[in-house]
Amino acid sequence: MERKFSKFLIYLVLILGAIIMLLPFFWMFTSAFKTTQEINRFPPDMFPSHISLNNFQRAFAMAPFAKYFVNSVIVMVCSVGLTTFTSILAAFAFSRLRFPGRNAIFSSLVALMMIPFEMLIITNYTTIVDLGLWDTLPALILPFTSSIFYTYILRNFFDSVSDSLYWSARIDGSSNWRYLWKVMVPMARPSLTTIILLNALASWNSFMWPMYVISSDANRTLPWGLQVFTTEAGSYPELLMAASTVVVVPVIILFLFARKYIVRGVARGGLKG
Amino acid sequence: MKKEKQSVDRELVDRSFFSRVEPYLYLLPFFLGIVVFTLYPVVNVVLMSFKEDYSYLSRSFTQWGFGNYRIVLSNRYFGQAVGNTIKYVLLVVPISTCIAVVVAYLLNQKLRFNALFQTAYFLPMVTSVTAVGLSWKLMYNQNFGIINYLLSFLGIDPVPWLVNASWSLPALVIFGIWNILPFTIILLLSGLQNIDPQYYTAARVDGSKSLRIFFRITVPLLAPTIFLVCIVNTISSFKVFSELYPLFSGKPGPFNNMYTVVYYIRKAMTDRKYAVAAAAAIILFLFIFAFTMIQTFVRKRMERRGQ
Repeated sequence: MERKFSKFLIYLVLILGAIIMLLPFFWMFTSAFKTTQEINRFPPDMFPSHISLNNFQRAFAMAPFAKYFVNSVIVMVCSVGLTTFTSILAAFAFSRLRFPGRNAIFSSLVALMMIPFEMLIITNYTTIVDLGLWDTLPALILPFTSSIFYTYILRNFFDSVSDSLYWSARIDGSSNWRYLWKVMVPMARPSLTTIILLNALASWNSFMWPMYVISSDANRTLPWGLQVFTTEAGSYPELLMAASTVVVVPVIILFLFARKYIVRGVARGGLKG
Repeated sequence: MKKEKQSVDRELVDRSFFSRVEPYLYLLPFFLGIVVFTLYPVVNVVLMSFKEDYSYLSRSFTQWGFGNYRIVLSNRYFGQAVGNTIKYVLLVVPISTCIAVVVAYLLNQKLRFNALFQTAYFLPMVTSVTAVGLSWKLMYNQNFGIINYLLSFLGIDPVPWLVNASWSLPALVIFGIWNILPFTIILLLSGLQNIDPQYYTAARVDGSKSLRIFFRITVPLLAPTIFLVCIVNTISSFKVFSELYPLFSGKPGPFNNMYTVVYYIRKAMTDRKYAVAAAAAIILFLFIFAFTMIQTFVRKRMERRGQ
């Protein structure tokens, strides 16, 4: 009897908590379909009276969200692709190849990880301006082509692969390059999936850096474009919610499918990173 | 015969030359990015912070010294920013950790719908702070917001969340807690899963009640993880900025009353006072550095104890 009651209590607490966690999403999605009258009503309506894509059409007409979306995808694909490539090569060198000072260099890199990006922004901003890349998409990609953190995660995985595999491949005449791409990378698929997902999420949601280096409408990515849109559509929250929905929904779909990889990556990286 | 041997030798020499160069070829693309966008900025920001009367356009300065630090430390907005940031950290970190310990403990029970619960609790971690921040802004609305509507059932009068100076910090803190909870829960959950189940079995054999088990076994065994989570969250909360932006339409609160340290840096940069921004960034780093040192120290002790 007591057991059943405590089980009931656990579920009650968890369900109430889940409702609070999901409330901002519920409010965003339902408000995205409300009319101006419905959204300015008290007590508030829980649901829109009827479903129409009107707010989405109006938001897309007022600001080029399709363009922002494409920009976000371009930046994400390029920076995730490049970061993954540089991380694989560097992690392999730090894990398998021999060169003087290898461990000392790697430890210094790990120490560099505690430097907050906020501290680098000032110089990176001037670098981008000096390179003539201010207000271009490469400005959003170039600073994010190497990552100590993802290299660190991959090196940990490469270190866990046994030496004998490497030496037997080398004796069979395989080059380091071939061994890396034919043996190591396929084996590292779970770790790679994790770092690619974490990197893609960080790129998609990136707000602060685009705010510094992008000004023109044509080069904005979604979060920064959305923030600028608030000054134009501030008096129409239903349009803001429609635009926010466009930013959030792709990520939510991704999360539903890849939750385990993302959670595992966060759990591993959070404390060791 | 002799000729053949020579060519073999040369091949060996070539190969060893290549194998000496090879690691650097693998490292080159990685270090290109690191040197230009991490290493150089670190050195440069330190130097820049000591350049007095630095002009961005001419890249000139009058002399080396602590002038920028004096400007930052005597600026009333920086004082306000440090105060707000510390209050934010002191509220967000303990409250989110307490909630997260309970939720992680409950999620660690063998429940039905566990995947569903996990999805609900972890979702804010992956979604854009700007987008959900705008939703929070709408929910906080004094006249039409759902939060004041729900509070009205408890007999609470409408709260002027985002328009009154004394309510801006609570509004930011509640949003901040919601935002940081998923990460905190995940770390604590993985800490719980590392606890040897034997402890629980032993306690149950002793006939201990669940609440007693929670406080006498779970919390003490989880203490090192809880501590590390607090440090990691303190560091990230010190950098509070992106949460502020959507709530107050890019302004630091309704009456310029919600400066945070990172917002101050942003402001100095838009005013083109780059050297002042650099000094403020160094001060931010010193805070973060202190907490990182504590974190490293504690982790080393934990590893020595074999946990």
